Parts: sequence; C-alpha cells; structure tokens
Amino acid sequence: MTKVIAVPPSLDDETFEQVFEQVAAVPADQKVLIDARHTRWSSPYGLTALLAVGQSRAEQPAFAGPEAEDTASYWARAGFYRHASEIYEMHGKVPRAREATGESNVLLEITDVSRSDDVHTVVERIQSRAQAILVHELHLDPQATMRFAMTLSEVCQNIVEHAGQGGWVAVQTYQYRKRLGRRAVVIAVCDAGLGFRRSLESTPGWKPRERWDDAAALEDALVRSVSRYRDPGRGQGLAGVRRFVGKWDGKLSIRSGTARIAVVPEWDDAVPLKEGLPHFPGAQVQITIPERVPPR
Amino acid sequence: MTHHIDVGSVLRRTVCDLYSNLVTRPTGAAVRKEIEVVLCGLEEPSLTVIDFSQVGLLDFSCADEVVGKLLDGVRRQVILTDAYVLVRGVRDDHLEAIEAVMQRYDMAVIVESEDGEWHVVGPLEDSMRRVLDAVHRCGRLIPSEIASQVEQPASTVSQSLDGLLERRLVMRDDDAYVSLQSVM
Repeated sequence: MTKVIAVPPSLDDETFEQVFEQVAAVPADQKVLIDARHTRWSSPYGLTALLAVGQSRAEQPAFAGPEAEDTASYWARAGFYRHASEIYEMHGKVPRAREATGESNVLLEITDVSRSDDVHTVVERIQSRAQAILVHELHLDPQATMRFAMTLSEVCQNIVEHAGQGGWVAVQTYQYRKRLGRRAVVIAVCDAGLGFRRSLESTPGWKPRERWDDAAALEDALVRSVSRYRDPGRGQGLAGVRRFVGKWDGKLSIRSGTARIAVVPEWDDAVPLKEGLPHFPGAQVQITIPERVPPR
Repeated sequence: MTHHIDVGSVLRRTVCDLYSNLVTRPTGAAVRKEIEVVLCGLEEPSLTVIDFSQVGLLDFSCADEVVGKLLDGVRRQVILTDAYVLVRGVRDDHLEAIEAVMQRYDMAVIVESEDGEWHVVGPLEDSMRRVLDAVHRCGRLIPSEIASQVEQPASTVSQSLDGLLERRLVMRDDDAYVSLQSVM
C-alpha cells in the first residue's frame, strides 16, 4: 500500500522535519507518494532534501508537485523537476524543463554532485554570478566571493568523499523575513548516503566510545575537525567553512542521522545541537549568509 | 638552480585545460605529483618557486595536497635531500588556505603576496623569525653577524639557525646562511 507523505505549504530546514518524521515511519521498501500539491514555497534546502528523500527509498517513490503554477514554474527554473523525474515516478502536471534561467535569485540551480569533476563545474558556475550578487546586492566584501566559492567547494566535496553516493547542491538568495528581515544567500547540500557517523566509523582501527551516536559524530567532525582519514591535513574543509560562516555572521547547520549541529549567529534562535530527530540517512547541510546592512 | 613552476599551467596540463581553479583532493594530488616529478629531476641543492598567480580558487583540500603534502615531503627529505621552496603569486584567499594548512602541519613557508612583500606563513618561534628577517634583509650572513643584528646570544642564534635549516627556510653556504629570496 502506498503511504502518502504530506509536504508542508512552506518548506525550509525546520518544516522539512515534518517530512523526515513521516518518511522515517515507513519501511524503505514500502512505496511512498510525496504529496507537495499544496506547497507554495521552498528554500533550496527543501528542494534538495526532497531529492534526497527520493534517493533514500528502496522502492521507487512517487511525487506530486505543487498545484500553484508560479510555485511549480519556480521549481522548474531551479532545476528541481529535471532531477526529480530521474528519481520519482511523477504524478500530475510536470512543468516543461527549461534551460538556464536568468532567474536573478538562483545563483546555482540544483546540480548533482557525485564526482570531483562535478565540484569543478559547481565552482566554475558559481563564480560567474557570485561577484555580482554577493557584492552588489548583498553588500558583502569583494573578498567574500572567493571564500564563498571555497566554502561551496568544501561542502560539495563532503558528498564525494563521504556519502558513498551522489547528492545535490543549490544556491539561492531570498528575502529571509521570518528571522532576519533582510536578504540572505543560502547554500543547501543534501544527500542520503552514509552520513557522518558511518563515515567516521569506517576509519581503520575505529572503536566506539562510551558515548557514540550521530550527535557525537557531528561534534567530532565540526568541532574537533576529525576525519576518517589519518592524514594530518584532513578535516580542514569544515573548519574553513566554520571560519567563513563566523566571519560573515552566517549560520551553518548540518543534519545527519538523528542529530543536527549548528553554528548559530545572534539573529537566529536555533539550538547548537539537537538530538533525537527522526532518522534520515546521509547529510543535509545548510549555510546562510545574511545581507550586510551598510553602516548609517 | 632556481626553478619556476606555474601551478596554473600544471593544473591545465595534468587535469583539464579548461580548469583554472585548484579545487578537490584528486585535482590537488595530480598537480602535486606532477610538481614532485619536476623536483626529483632537479640538481641539488635546488630552489623551486611555486607560482599561484594563474590559479583562480584554491580550496583547503587542494592547499593541503599541493602545499601541505609537498612541503612536508621536502621537509622530511623524501622528495629530494636538499630542496627549498618559495611560494609566490598568492592572493589573500589563497593565503588563508595555505595558512590553515601550515598550522595543521606545524610548518612554515616563505610566501610573496600580492603587495610584493615576502611573508613567513605558518607557526614559527619569535627568535627564529627575527633571525630569518635578518638573513632576508642582508641576503647572506655568518652567525656572528646575525647575533649582532638580532642582539641575541650566539647560542640562541645557533639554535634558531638549526631550526630554520630544518624547516628549509634558509640555505647554508660554507659558514654563511643565505636567504632563499636572494638566490632567486
């Protein structure tokens, strides 16, 4: 029997927990229909996480997209349907795929990442638009553009090196009214692969500690720069991402398994570490860099 | 004896002629191996200038492969027994990645930044830093001259020089110590 998963009207990293909760309750080999007919808005995290949900299922899931034409059209321009149609059995009206968008707030349409070459492609694409949008529209320092691309490169490489399968990345700017009251640029990177705990457990000679779970694995990776590789130079990628986010008053959150860890700026009220979430495989990363308000 | 390596050209030659960004570990590893091949073919002692001016982005993973692992090999003398490396053509964002790598390996490297100034990037004790500055200013000094320049006892200067030699940050020529920049 097909289980219907209701997608909330507004889809961001917080409301997506409703989707994870419903999906976690259904065995992977049972068919699900992801029902987004009443969804009116989604962040890049929502769109890439929807693809990861499809990726996590053993039985091919079905998908019903937004009924609202402007929402469906936006999702198409962001590249969602192109990827979704490879994973999901599509129900209802599927907007025609379009070529590159010109959409001013889409810095990088949804792009799949599974090999190192894909990271090169992502970085090349983002550089052409990042300067104009980050500096001229979000008033970030020109120096931030290259660091932004470095950050994007590192979080994409986490998929290539640790997920064991592909994932997706998307970058958009949008008006972040709810918490911030100004614009922000958001990077979302989602996969349904190994996740941090299983990746660290694959370290040669690894032994479980007294407290070892998804939260401990996230703390090891983000706070202590632990990597499954023994090279001294490993584990610097996330440390660099943390520095970039801290410098630009941004937020970084990483969900993996049943936990989420976050670097939380003053403008947000998220908890730094949340445990006991519904289980979902892989890693789901969101980086939010707010517009800088010029001094008066 | 001085050899110049344009990292941007190595990247395009070994990985993809369309790439200008040094990103991802496999890319960094491929570039480093190519540089190591060049270094192995040089007459010793050798000074190699690694030039990043034609490189777009340098991420942390690539900085670890191209700078961290390369210099670690030079320091441990597994690539050549008597090799020295300078880095030039780096922008601020390159510098951030290189600095993070140097901290991680507890190594230092001499880098020419966009303003044309030479900087030591990475952890280095103050006493060594002062001795290195003196050698750089004069190009070539014997220990007694260094001691008078930095106003430190000869024993301290001697220890600092040993440390700088071990880190491949100065060259020795008979009784004198020579700055890498002066050899370029």
